[in-house]
Amino acid sequence: MYEFQYHRATSLDDAASRLADEEAKLVAGGMTLIPTLKLRLAKPTELIDLAAIPSLKGITEEGDAVVIGAMTRHADVNRSDVVKRAIPALATLAGHIGDPAVRNRGTIGGSIANNDPAADYPAAVVGLNATVRTNKREIAADQFFTGLFETALQPGEIVTAVRFPKVAQANYQKFKNPASRYAIVGVFVARTPAGVRVAVSGAGACVFRVPAMETALAANFSPDAIKDIQIPQDGLNSDIHASAEYRAHLVNVMARRAVQACA
Amino acid sequence: MPDGTIGTPVRRREDYRFLTGQGTYTDDINRPGQLYAYILRSPHASARINAINTSAAKTAPGVAAVFVGQDMAAEGIGGLPCGWLVNSKDGSPMKEPPHPVLAVERVRHVGDPVAVIIAESYQQAKDAAEKVAVDYAVEAAVVDPAAALQPGAPQVWGDQAPGNLCYDWALGDEAAVDAALRGAARVVKIDLVNNRLVPNAMEPRAAIGEFNRATGDYTLYTTSQNPHVIRLLMGAFVLHIPEARLRVVAPDVGGGFGSKIYHYAEEAIVTWASAKVRKPVKWTAERSESFMSDAHGRDHVTHAELGVDAQGKFVALKVVTIANMGAYLSTFATCVPTYLYGTLLAGTYTTPVIFCETKAAFTNTVPVDAYRGAGRPEATFLVERIVDVAADELGMDPAELRRRNFIPANAFPYQTPVALQYDSGDYQTTLQMALQAADYAGFEARRQQAAARGKYRGIGIATYIEACGIAPSAVVGSLGARAGLFESAEVRVHPTGSVTVLTGSHAHGQGHETTFAQLVADGLGVPIDQVEIVHGDTDKIAFGMGTYGSRSLAVGGTAIVKAMDKVIAKGKKIAAHILEASDADIEFKDGRFTVAGTDRSLGIGEIALTAYVPHNFPHEELEPGLDETAFYDPKNFTFPSGAHIAEIEIDPDTGRLEICNFTASDDFGRIINPMIVAGQVHGGLAQGIGQAVLEGCVYDKTTGQLLTGSYNDYAMPRADDLPNFSLSTHATLCTHNPLGVKGCGEAGAIGAPAAIANAIVDALKPLGLRHVEMPATPEKLWRAIRQHQSGAAAE
Repeated sequence: MYEFQYHRATSLDDAASRLADEEAKLVAGGMTLIPTLKLRLAKPTELIDLAAIPSLKGITEEGDAVVIGAMTRHADVNRSDVVKRAIPALATLAGHIGDPAVRNRGTIGGSIANNDPAADYPAAVVGLNATVRTNKREIAADQFFTGLFETALQPGEIVTAVRFPKVAQANYQKFKNPASRYAIVGVFVARTPAGVRVAVSGAGACVFRVPAMETALAANFSPDAIKDIQIPQDGLNSDIHASAEYRAHLVNVMARRAVQACA
Repeated sequence: MPDGTIGTPVRRREDYRFLTGQGTYTDDINRPGQLYAYILRSPHASARINAINTSAAKTAPGVAAVFVGQDMAAEGIGGLPCGWLVNSKDGSPMKEPPHPVLAVERVRHVGDPVAVIIAESYQQAKDAAEKVAVDYAVEAAVVDPAAALQPGAPQVWGDQAPGNLCYDWALGDEAAVDAALRGAARVVKIDLVNNRLVPNAMEPRAAIGEFNRATGDYTLYTTSQNPHVIRLLMGAFVLHIPEARLRVVAPDVGGGFGSKIYHYAEEAIVTWASAKVRKPVKWTAERSESFMSDAHGRDHVTHAELGVDAQGKFVALKVVTIANMGAYLSTFATCVPTYLYGTLLAGTYTTPVIFCETKAAFTNTVPVDAYRGAGRPEATFLVERIVDVAADELGMDPAELRRRNFIPANAFPYQTPVALQYDSGDYQTTLQMALQAADYAGFEARRQQAAARGKYRGIGIATYIEACGIAPSAVVGSLGARAGLFESAEVRVHPTGSVTVLTGSHAHGQGHETTFAQLVADGLGVPIDQVEIVHGDTDKIAFGMGTYGSRSLAVGGTAIVKAMDKVIAKGKKIAAHILEASDADIEFKDGRFTVAGTDRSLGIGEIALTAYVPHNFPHEELEPGLDETAFYDPKNFTFPSGAHIAEIEIDPDTGRLEICNFTASDDFGRIINPMIVAGQVHGGLAQGIGQAVLEGCVYDKTTGQLLTGSYNDYAMPRADDLPNFSLSTHATLCTHNPLGVKGCGEAGAIGAPAAIANAIVDALKPLGLRHVEMPATPEKLWRAIRQHQSGAAAE
């Protein structure tokens, strides 16, 4: 990696003020950033470590929602009694991200701010109609993920927490890349207070919903209701592991399995 | 009784240091004043080098020196040699273009070394490398071996290897095979690819070169499976350093699988550069470098035809294979698809006539060389796939077709039509054991149960033969080997009876420090904790050919036994002198020399003490000391064999495959340590299953870029990809080594791919699937199912 300054931020304001340097970068768990630095694919002037800001950590219940601090590790979400009780699908999803080393370092805030197209959390955030809290505002899930590694975050904006409505009936089905174990396709299905939501990770440049499936499932929440709904291949990812055609097919299979597992 | 005896699962003595992080690997070694080398590599698969400007790099912070290919060429540094001359069928020698240590004028694959930057820290060297300006003129590349032989393909070597052909080799009587095929009741045909693999040893390669100004001596620490071979190749052919001035140390090495046999450019670079900069120079590969610089494995394209008579007996086999050599000839690349492949095509069967033609192609890819199994997995995959296709076409049970064609247990020694003479084996028994352990008879019920769950379930058999402990030197020499294939051992009995064994074999995970110590504890009757095994240092060990091809126990172990025989013979003479008996009356057993029929005896410790304190000693007849060396050159290969059975299920919705059971019944001859053998089989099976369903090295066909250059894209097998293995062994002893041992290191990687592929084809047979290419990824299987389902629906 190239040389950089390291700063352990003491508060959110401290971290945000450091971001005035546009070449500075936030580091949460570092599970994407550190390998990127090692490959010399990024050359930040400074790494601003968020690990020592207490307000970014922890899981709390707020009425009909669960709020997960941005610096909460995947392993902590997976083991949380609150999450397991209120949104069991989310706890399970967190327990299948990467491997134990990744789950003990990686954070929910880091994952969604990076918005890797094959990451798992974006599917849950969109599928559960969560709200992303930052140091400046609240952003609805549907507005947060905007494209390949792109989010609605503005310069100087830092994710502080994610607020998930409590949803008992939800399930995430992931078809893993045999090499990286990232999602080739991951489908999150949830019966939220606002209706059925189907969110797909891995298949496209960015997490997306499947309105046709949502409508069909709202009328009849069963795998059969969506068995003939094929999403178009256009714009889907295609690589040596899976063609766009195969991914489109897997979205249907994983969606049906998620519905089956919800029922 | 000694506590370490043959046949018992003695715990691996080396594991304490490995598992507690106290091993000493090359990268753990740091020499005073050491500098660090970074190798700048080609980003292009094929390009002309117009110019290299290193001036900015040379003045970058911390930089001691920057060298390019011309710098080494100007000093008369040789190219990396190839260790095996293969002649084409017309008698002409193979095309052997130069293999410069650093590229000169052209680069020929992504990762080809172009310059070395030496600095006070690795980061400084890497920073400076970004300041080296290389002006490349990029040209068209070819990566596929069959495409490389087509007219109009980009030429890797131009006039030095027209048409990209290295050699067109053949073995066997083509006319007899053609005649037998014409007369056969049925000719079964198959076209298949043996997928290219990246070895991926856990420890990346590393090397430290150190020049001693005071003495003029050189030392190379390197991640090698055979330090003496590196000393010979690098000293004699590349850097022109006499053996007496060059020490090569291969300390603890974290896995090799073949990829650390070869002499690599980086070894020569750091050794040569250490004299230029007058300081030790260290290089350690990053994982991305390993992917583009370690020799790869396999990469064959094959057409084969098997003639079968009305009774299902094989009458002839004809094989035409195109083998990828990569851009340069790696140390043993040329013998892998010829003498380690064509000679194995009889497999376990009595096929009377066989013809094999192998065309070796240059491509713009990393050199290909031996990788766990080396030729034998490719041969086994072909033979066992075509046998299954034959069974399907004949409507015969694949197990029964194999039984009908096995070489019978009473037919050994058995001369095959492809040069090898098998000394022993019992293929019926290992197959029977595997069929029983796998409950082959009960499979159809399991298939039905799976179908009821919506899954396709299949079972696949592979029986294999392998040729290990490649030998004898005289024979391999006549076939073009530029090396001998013996092994050396020194058994040094110390004055108080403890023993140091210096072996030319090299352990990089195999557990020699335990297995060899068991041999010595058993052979000399000393406690195992008083036996030390030393390997991996050319200054300590007289000579060695190293470890590959499952040769360590059969060849290196036998050398130890031969040296122990000399120790015992000398001990008998010493005992006879002290006990005032005739040499012939002394018996040696359990560590004691006894006058036959009496209770007069001396322990080996007492004999050793006498040998080193020779007050009462037969000086007229013997020299003092008890230290014997043996060089052992085997009479023949050894021939491990066995039967592997895979049982798999495929989810038609996703194409995802699950391996439900895997059974291996192997004949490794006598087993010294069954736990170590089981570990070797487990590792081999993991790599064999990896080849079958996960691993595949992919290059972009147009640009020659390596698409699987990291673990994000190259799928290594992990524990949850594998089932629990059901293992058993049945021994027929090797007839030509005193231990009766055959070798076990490669069997798993040899048998597993065909067993898995046969199981997949069996599972999808109801749909009409005939063959599946490896790795059988989920999308490939999903497409196969979909294609055949729609085909079946249309019929």
